[in-house]
This record gives sequence, structure tokens and C-alpha cells, in this order.
Amino acid sequence: MSAEKWRFDSTYITLPRENVDTDQIIPARFLTTTNRAGLGPHAFNDWRYLADGAPNPQFVLNSEEARGAGILVAGNNFGCGSSREHAVWALSSAGFRAIISSEFADIFRGNALGNGLLPIEVSADVLAQLMRTHAPNARLQVDLEEQMLTLPDGTAVRFPVPAFSRYCMLNETDEMSFLLDARPDIDAYERAHRATIDTLTLRAPA
Amino acid sequence: MTAPRPRTLFEKLWDRHVVRSETPATPAVLYIDLHLVHEVTSAQAFTELRERGLRVRAPHRTIATMDHSTPTTRGGFAGLPIRDAGTGARVAQVERLAQNCAEFGIPLLALGDQRQGIVHVIGPELGLTQPGMTVVCGDSHTSTHGAFGALAFGIGTSQVAQVLASQCVLQTKPKTLEVCIDGTLSPGVTAKDVILAVCTRLGVGGATGHAIEYRGSVIRALSMEQRMTVCNMSIEAGARAGMIAPDETTFAYLRDRPHAPQGAAWESAVAEWRSLVTDEGAVFDRSVTLDGSTLAPMITYGTNPGMGMAITDAIPHPDRLADRSERENAERALRYMGLTAGGLLTGTPVDVVFFGSCTNSRISDLRDAAGMLRGRHVAKGVRALVVPGSQQVKRQAELEGLDRIFIEAGAEWRESGCSMCIAMNGDQLSPGQLSVSTSNRNFEGRQGSGGRTLLASPLTAAAAAVTGVITDPRTLVGGGVS
Ligand code: SF4
Repeated sequence: MSAEKWRFDSTYITLPRENVDTDQIIPARFLTTTNRAGLGPHAFNDWRYLADGAPNPQFVLNSEEARGAGILVAGNNFGCGSSREHAVWALSSAGFRAIISSEFADIFRGNALGNGLLPIEVSADVLAQLMRTHAPNARLQVDLEEQMLTLPDGTAVRFPVPAFSRYCMLNETDEMSFLLDARPDIDAYERAHRATIDTLTLRAPA
Repeated sequence: MTAPRPRTLFEKLWDRHVVRSETPATPAVLYIDLHLVHEVTSAQAFTELRERGLRVRAPHRTIATMDHSTPTTRGGFAGLPIRDAGTGARVAQVERLAQNCAEFGIPLLALGDQRQGIVHVIGPELGLTQPGMTVVCGDSHTSTHGAFGALAFGIGTSQVAQVLASQCVLQTKPKTLEVCIDGTLSPGVTAKDVILAVCTRLGVGGATGHAIEYRGSVIRALSMEQRMTVCNMSIEAGARAGMIAPDETTFAYLRDRPHAPQGAAWESAVAEWRSLVTDEGAVFDRSVTLDGSTLAPMITYGTNPGMGMAITDAIPHPDRLADRSERENAERALRYMGLTAGGLLTGTPVDVVFFGSCTNSRISDLRDAAGMLRGRHVAKGVRALVVPGSQQVKRQAELEGLDRIFIEAGAEWRESGCSMCIAMNGDQLSPGQLSVSTSNRNFEGRQGSGGRTLLASPLTAAAAAVTGVITDPRTLVGGGVS
């Protein structure tokens, strides 16, 4: 079990914007990479850097408090838009272990859970409180096993995590292993369902 | 015998692909009939297969193309006049796809192939996408294929690897959302306007966790290409998938496509596909109704696809929003766009008009645009780019002489690809430029860093191209008036 690994506390930064889309998290021009690593410096690239490439002093990721902050607190509907998993890789590589919002877009949530970036969904009230009362050194405690988030004032709030994702993260297994174990069932399914398509015999259009 | 419980189309599609049912502890294992692959979201998945020593389970259910980062100028990468720093990375990425396809035995419609094109355009036109299927792709606009009565959704790269290895995905069952559009569309109002109105109504996260079924008389009257436009943008309301039950329109479109079943197999397939409808009495988790007769051409004014309005309306005021954070969001969007609440969009000068993307790059879209551009000229100072969705669309357009109309009007006529929808291939806006685009996303910088995007139909885009300002297409001949 790696319950310990998933019991941590950290300072956090806030990004009080709603509907942060994955094009903002990692702009498309950085998607030409064929690796997972190395996207961290480009996380939020176009908000983070000015036109001349210098860090934008107004953007939270460039602030003093961002140093060592492992949690990002962001507005509602985080991660909408493109399915690019690069968004999750970029956030992890930028040092985040958890994102807190009142709602996550479906594909982003799935991508995050599969990559060990914990999406923590809280109520709109808790989110507003985290945004409003944020002090630079305030710390949040995360306990995945207990599904508990402890706020700086000591209040503990429970957060939902799909049981299977939680199991995978705590036991250091993954979705691929589960699917590979399901092979006998997949074989049986294929035997029972006729092939509807065969792209190998693709004929040129007349 | 008791009658079977009435089911929605979504439930029927879901049920027939369950390999293992969902339990409280585990998601469902869902079988995938068709997996579409492109260069940008697949390299890391193939690397994972290699690292784990896995093969592709069903290469015959998998097909790849190159579309996102490929040049739309003549001659592919070799024809590029300048090779900037990014070009090398793009070349390496498409070469990697070719190597991966060769190594793992996956058919590839590469750059230069007669069948190459945007992944969501070529699936349907080759007849690969069929009713009753599950379709996935490492791309969120996979919902396009739902127009055929398929369950189609976008996946991340880790799931691309999982589908390659197991031909399955893990999914928790989404809720169902019925979007019913009744009435009849007025002249000048198109499928794009319908879906922009739906996104505006639901909001950019309004359908999160749901699979949408589009229904109603407006939907039934749409062609397959128009239905694809509608389903394409389901993700822009946050929906996991969007679908339309197959009918005679669907079957007529599919018949004789290269991959459609032939002869007796066709007859039995159609007979089976007819059962793919929501049963009388089936219950949706949520329902939304729009009156199609009252719709006007739509356009977006903000930085997500849910920020849309009728082209004749004034730009909505952020003050109307009760929630502070929503209000600040709307204010920020208007600042980015350089637009003023309460003002009209019509009359606003535009720099670029982009015709293309998996939303609106099919032959009927190009016909709409050409109908407006015929005998007219792109306004001075405006750059108009026409990018067909596939090589097949391009050939058809040239057969019909549409390319001549575009070129004579002063527009650029390009090779197929995603182009300025995602601005990865060098086709992009300069900072500050305002574009009217037939694509699907108006996020900050989506069409190029600092660029500003207004989403609209091909008719509305063409009206802007010829007048140089945002214009209600219904005020011009070819835009719904004759
Ligand atoms: S056209 Fe745009 S939205 Fe469609 S697949 Fe290409 S990049 Fe994605």
C-alpha cells in the first residue's frame, strides 16, 4: 500500500478562473513532443510568460508562494476542452500533486486519475472559502485513503474519488493491468460478437 | 412474458458493448469497435506498449491518419518554404506515427494518401463509422461520429494505449441528457447555429457527466453532414458524447461507402440498425428543449463556446450574472476579446476568416461558403482561408468548381487538415487579430497566441469575408435570402 505517499500536506496557490481549458494549461504548439516528460515549464505558458518570454509577474505561478506549492485551487469546470493528456503531464511536471475545484471536465478527470494527479472536488462554498481566505503559508492536508481534505482552519471535508482509481493509486497498479487481466472476458466477448468492421481491407474510394 | 424495459439509444449502445459490468468497486469494461489514431496523441501510447512488451490487439479495428500538425500548403512538409524550429518537431512526430503504424501493423492514411484528412471527417466518409458502434480517438471531437447512432467519445493518451492493447476502455456510465429541437429552421439558420445555441443554453460545463441524444423535428430534417456538425460540438457543453438515432438519412449516406457492408450484409445491417432508437417510454436523466423556429444565426463573443448569442443581439452584460466568479469570468473574456457589453457585434471589422475544421469542412459546408462568395470578393485587408476536411472533400469541391469560386474571390484554397482550428501547423492568427471561424473552439489563443476567435456557421463566416465586418448572412443574397 502506498497510503503514506497519498497522505501529504502542502501549501497551495489559487487560480480564481472558471472553465480553465486544456488549451490554457498547455497550448497546442507544445503538443509536438513524443514524450511525457518536460512539459512543466510550459504549463499555463501563455498566462505565465509575457510576449518577450519573460515571466509575467502578475501570474500566480511566478509568485513567491508558488515555490513548493503542490496543490492548485482553481475555479469551476477545470480542464474543459481538448482531451490532451499533455495537460495532466504538464501540471504534474510543474510540481502539482492535486488540483482542487468544484467541478472537473470528464476527460481531464480521467486523465488526471490515471496519472497520479489527484482531482479533488469540493463544494462551491469550500472552494470560495479556499480562494477568499488564502494566506501564503497556509497548508492543506490530503489523505486519499480517508478521502479527506483538511483546510487550513482544521475543518475536514470528504471528497469523492472513484473507488477503482483510489484502489489503483493506493496499490500502485493501473488501468492497463486491470484491462490485461480482463483478457479472458474480452476473448469471450469477441467470440460472441461478429466483426463489424475490418479496416485492413480498406478499399480506395471509387 | 413481460415487455423489456424501455431503453434510450445510449443505453442500447452501452449495453451491447459491456464486456464486464460496472460494480461499486470497478468501472465497466467497454468494447471498442473502431479506434481512430492521429499523430499528436499517440506517440506516448505506442511507447507504453513497447515498454510493457504489448501488441496491438485488433489492428483491423484501428486506423491512423495525419491531420493536426500537417501543412495545408501544397507538397506537405517537403514543400514548406521555410522550416522554423517547430517544423522539425512536427516532422519527427508524423514520422514517428508512420514508424509506429508499420511496427504495430496499423493501417495508415498518411499525408499524400488520397484518403487523408481530419480524423473525424474521414471515418464517416469511408464508411468506417457505422450505427451501433463504439468509436474512440485521442481527440475530444470524437463525438462527431455519434451522428450515426454510435457511442463515440474522446480519450486521453493512456487510454489510447489501453485500447491498442485490449480493445477496451474503462468507463463509468454517464447520465443521459435529451436535447430536443423542434420546429423548423428559418433560411440562413444552419446546423452550426443549432449547436451554438445548444452550447449557449447549456453552458460550457452544462452537460458534464452526460451523454446527449439530439432529437426533434429539426434534427430529423438535417443531412448527415449537418448532424455531424451538431454532434461534433457536444464536448463544448462538457458532454462525454452526443448522438442521433440512425434513420433513412443515415442509411442513404452510408450505402456503398468503401467500408459499409455490401449486398445481403447491408440489408441485415440496416434491419438491425433500425432498432437503434430510444424506446417509447424510456427515461432520460435530464431533458432540454429548444424551439428551432425561433433560432437566428449564432455567433460567439467570448472565450468559450458557451458564450454565444444571436448575431442580431447585443453582447450580453456580465452584470446579468448573479455569481461573482461567473461575472468576473465574463468580464475577463470581454477584456480579452476587446468587446464591449451592450454593443452589437455586427459591423465589427475582422482580420481573418477561417473555413475548416471537423465541425464545418465537409462538402456541404464548402457549398454554403461558395454560394455566398460566388461573384463576390473577399473584402480588402481580410485573409480568407478555405481548408477542406479531407482529400476526398477537396476533390469533390474541385469537381464542382468550388475551388475556382474561392480562388477568384481572393481566398486561399488549401490541402486538408486541422489547420487554423488548432494552429499547430503554422496556419495561425497573429496576436490581436480577430477571426470569424467555422471551427469549434474560441479559447484564448486557440488559433494562435493572442488571437481572438468568433465561432460561426460557414454562411456567417462567408458574409464576414465579403463585407469585412461581422454581418448577418440573411442580409446578403446567398445567405438565406434569394
Ligand atoms: S479540426 Fe480542430 S477540433 Fe477537429 S480534430 Fe482537428 S484540431 Fe481537433
